[in-house]
Amino acid sequence: MYTFSKRLKTFALVLMVLGALGMALGLWSAPKTVEQAKSMVASHDTHGETAAHDQAPAHEKQVVIIEGHEVEVGGAAEHESSAEASHSADHDTHLLHQLQNKPWAAIYVAALFALMIALGVLAFYGINRAAQAGWSPLLFRVMEGITAYLLPGGLLLLVILVLTSMHFNHLFVWMDPEVVAHDELIQGKSGFLNVPGFLIRSVIYLGIWIGYQKLSRKLSLAEDHDTTTGSFVKNFRLSAAFLVLFLISESMMSWDWIMSVDPHWFSTLFGWYVFASLFVSGITVIAMVTIYLKSKGLLAEVNDSHIHDLAKFMFGISVFWTYLWFSQFMLIWYSNIPEEVTYFVTRIEDFKVGYFGMVAMNFLLPLLLLMNSDYKRLNWLVVITGIVILVGHYFDVYHMIMPATVGDQASFGLTELAAVAFFAGLFIFVVFTSIASAPISPKNHPLIEESKHFHY
Amino acid sequence: MASHYEAPIRKPLVEGDKGYHDVTLDIVAPVEGKANKSWWIVFSIALVAFLWGLGAIVYTVSTGIGTWGLNKTVGWAWDITNFVWWVGIGHAGTLISAVLLLFRQKWRMAVNRSAEAMTIFSVIQAGLFPIIHMGRPWLAYWVVPIPNQYGSLWVNFNSPLLWDVFAISTYLSVSLVFWWTGLLPDFAMIRDRAVKPFQKKIYSLLSFGWSGRAKDWQRFEEVSLVLAGLATPLVLSVHTIVSFDFATSVIPGWHTTIFPPYFVAGAIFSGFAMVNTLLIIMRKVSNLEAYITVQHIELMNIVIMITGSIVGCAYITELFMAWYSGVEYEQYAFLNRATGPYAWAYWAMMTCNVFSPQFMWFKRLRTSIMFSFFISIVVNIGMWFERFVIIVTSLHRDYLPSSWTMFSPTFVDISIFIGTIGFFFVLFLLYARTFPVIAQAEVKTILKSSGEKYKKLRDAGLPLYTMPEKAKATKAAKTKKEE
Repeated sequence: MYTFSKRLKTFALVLMVLGALGMALGLWSAPKTVEQAKSMVASHDTHGETAAHDQAPAHEKQVVIIEGHEVEVGGAAEHESSAEASHSADHDTHLLHQLQNKPWAAIYVAALFALMIALGVLAFYGINRAAQAGWSPLLFRVMEGITAYLLPGGLLLLVILVLTSMHFNHLFVWMDPEVVAHDELIQGKSGFLNVPGFLIRSVIYLGIWIGYQKLSRKLSLAEDHDTTTGSFVKNFRLSAAFLVLFLISESMMSWDWIMSVDPHWFSTLFGWYVFASLFVSGITVIAMVTIYLKSKGLLAEVNDSHIHDLAKFMFGISVFWTYLWFSQFMLIWYSNIPEEVTYFVTRIEDFKVGYFGMVAMNFLLPLLLLMNSDYKRLNWLVVITGIVILVGHYFDVYHMIMPATVGDQASFGLTELAAVAFFAGLFIFVVFTSIASAPISPKNHPLIEESKHFHY
Repeated sequence: MASHYEAPIRKPLVEGDKGYHDVTLDIVAPVEGKANKSWWIVFSIALVAFLWGLGAIVYTVSTGIGTWGLNKTVGWAWDITNFVWWVGIGHAGTLISAVLLLFRQKWRMAVNRSAEAMTIFSVIQAGLFPIIHMGRPWLAYWVVPIPNQYGSLWVNFNSPLLWDVFAISTYLSVSLVFWWTGLLPDFAMIRDRAVKPFQKKIYSLLSFGWSGRAKDWQRFEEVSLVLAGLATPLVLSVHTIVSFDFATSVIPGWHTTIFPPYFVAGAIFSGFAMVNTLLIIMRKVSNLEAYITVQHIELMNIVIMITGSIVGCAYITELFMAWYSGVEYEQYAFLNRATGPYAWAYWAMMTCNVFSPQFMWFKRLRTSIMFSFFISIVVNIGMWFERFVIIVTSLHRDYLPSSWTMFSPTFVDISIFIGTIGFFFVLFLLYARTFPVIAQAEVKTILKSSGEKYKKLRDAGLPLYTMPEKAKATKAAKTKKEE
């Protein structure tokens, strides 16, 4: 049995309190009126920055030139020429929305990323159960502990989404009837992009994941007292069924929660790209939690080979993520179709360093650090690479959300940090409470002996 | 693979009372024996088909590409469909040998040799189509970026078609090296058993002087892992780049970002179906049921089910995104696929690829040999239609309605396709008679942990091996007693 140490608990609670304070401060200091927004940007400009706010706002940059559709114009050049009065008023409101979105987007990114980690672990767990893998059963309780975050994390995310649909912020522009009224493209999508459908689907996704997590956990605990393989077989079947539902729900979640912040843009690969991101983050967290528990003298039977395998997955899925990132980027860049390419134009114009830095972090560093076979067995190196991967994938999610919601006003400051701290604290608290609530290694699992004898 | 412990719930991978020498005898039997009548019949049919196809190729090259059914709207149809189909089939081999090696799946050992052979033979078929389509195949070397004296004649590095040249030739060579490396100890085994000098000579050449010393084995294991590590990204890259042929364009129905991983999944899907088709027959004909067991077929069926579902998920995603994009050309392309003049092909594809693998959820069906064989054929047909649907339906109604037309193949198109099937089977049948069709050296490494004989001995608490002298001594003692 593991007991949640007082020090770690205090650390988690402190993170949560500080994070909550920081997030509240961020929300409180967001501008309420256009004047405030303008003065905030102006005060920034006096610090010697160029007049970045003169550029077109992110949403308007989604230039769509399709026959029969309204042509939206964006870009600094057009902006200065004609219809100045109405345009600059539009622009000012937009600036206000961006600045009002900023703390919300910071919270949303952190909440989403934390949930994605738990979801990635859930997928990994389901795959290991369905594949009847022999090496991993010793790690099942760790995985079950991490996925316990899905319930509180999912509910919190749902609260954010409900508040968003009540217009507390403008994260999803398609939720604004004003915007939709002037946008034929979004009107065409309203069969999918509408608030009731969005919320109902969100509840269904969370229901599937949390439902599987709870049921599978129950069966897994029942296994400990089993004399037959009943619970094991049931769990195997449940996991196979879950994976089918996961394949569908994960893709759709990524369209709803992430892709639709850019309501004009679309990419068929997006769902799988998000999957790669959450999968590698999840596996990384499994490795890090396992190494932490081992450092406390627990999980004694987990040996070098288990860590080696987890590190191989961190390496392999990092490369797989890069493969999907490159496929999506290259195909859109190569074809250069205006509807699609805007997505990367925005990222290259306003987020160049962060965006490509994120790619380097998620590809080059894991590739170089974990290439060597022996390095995959060094716990400290796995932890360091793990931190790189987690930071990298936080910024992956950051660059999925920020360009459309905050645009060129985005930065990584106090609110963003506070949101990360809050959700990290909550994550640690929930995960370790859950791990402490059951024996740390499964008994009677039919493959547990294989896992104990596992040697690569 | 050093962990020898296996949980009791694992079923044996080698069935029956098979010791080490039995494995040798069973696998060398088709090579040392004589071909029976049915082999000659099938071989003759395949040879005739191949020669017929060869005739059609000669006719095409001597007359011109006009002998095909292509027209100015559909400039790519039957040929590229066959090309992608064959490349796709060529996927399972390296997947089984490389990816499953990395995942330490012991069941791969019974099927990897034939799957790799299939890979190489089908990549050869695939390679034929672009070369024939060039019209002047003797200039095929122009796709290689070599310095030349024709002024500005140089390959176009921006073209995914050129990337294809690199990807497929690299894939073919690495697959060949990987295959041959695995074959070395097995060729040596045949060499050491050969009685006829000519046979001995041939197999000594093929086995590259394998000596069986510890150092040989150590290097063998190392190079296998390195090649597996190299081959894994290659497996992904080949079909990814094939998908780029279409996805880098601006043709509705072709340009979609999900293509790379979806093509890879589809290729694994069709590759495993072809492995099942071939091995279900081979295990029967060559008496290999103890090695290629029902469990092996079941596992391959599960892979087919999973990849089929992934492909299905991609179909639905494409369909949804076509609507969601709001791009009317994209929307029409998919509407036309599902309801246009080629709707029959679209629904054939959907039925074969998405619907039929779902039967494999039922254990009774996925462990039925006849049903598995049937589904493997259905999937092969479905995957051919998938490529046909993607290629032809996206082209035949292009941006200019005045040039809308239909495609129908000529007898030359069909003959060449049949010819490649014949060629493929000629190669595979020759392989089945001259190569060790199961990686016997590898199977022997898992015999103690996963063979039924040794599992039983272990369960009964008996020693797994008794020294020959001791066995003789006990035998002698026994006979003495009887006297």
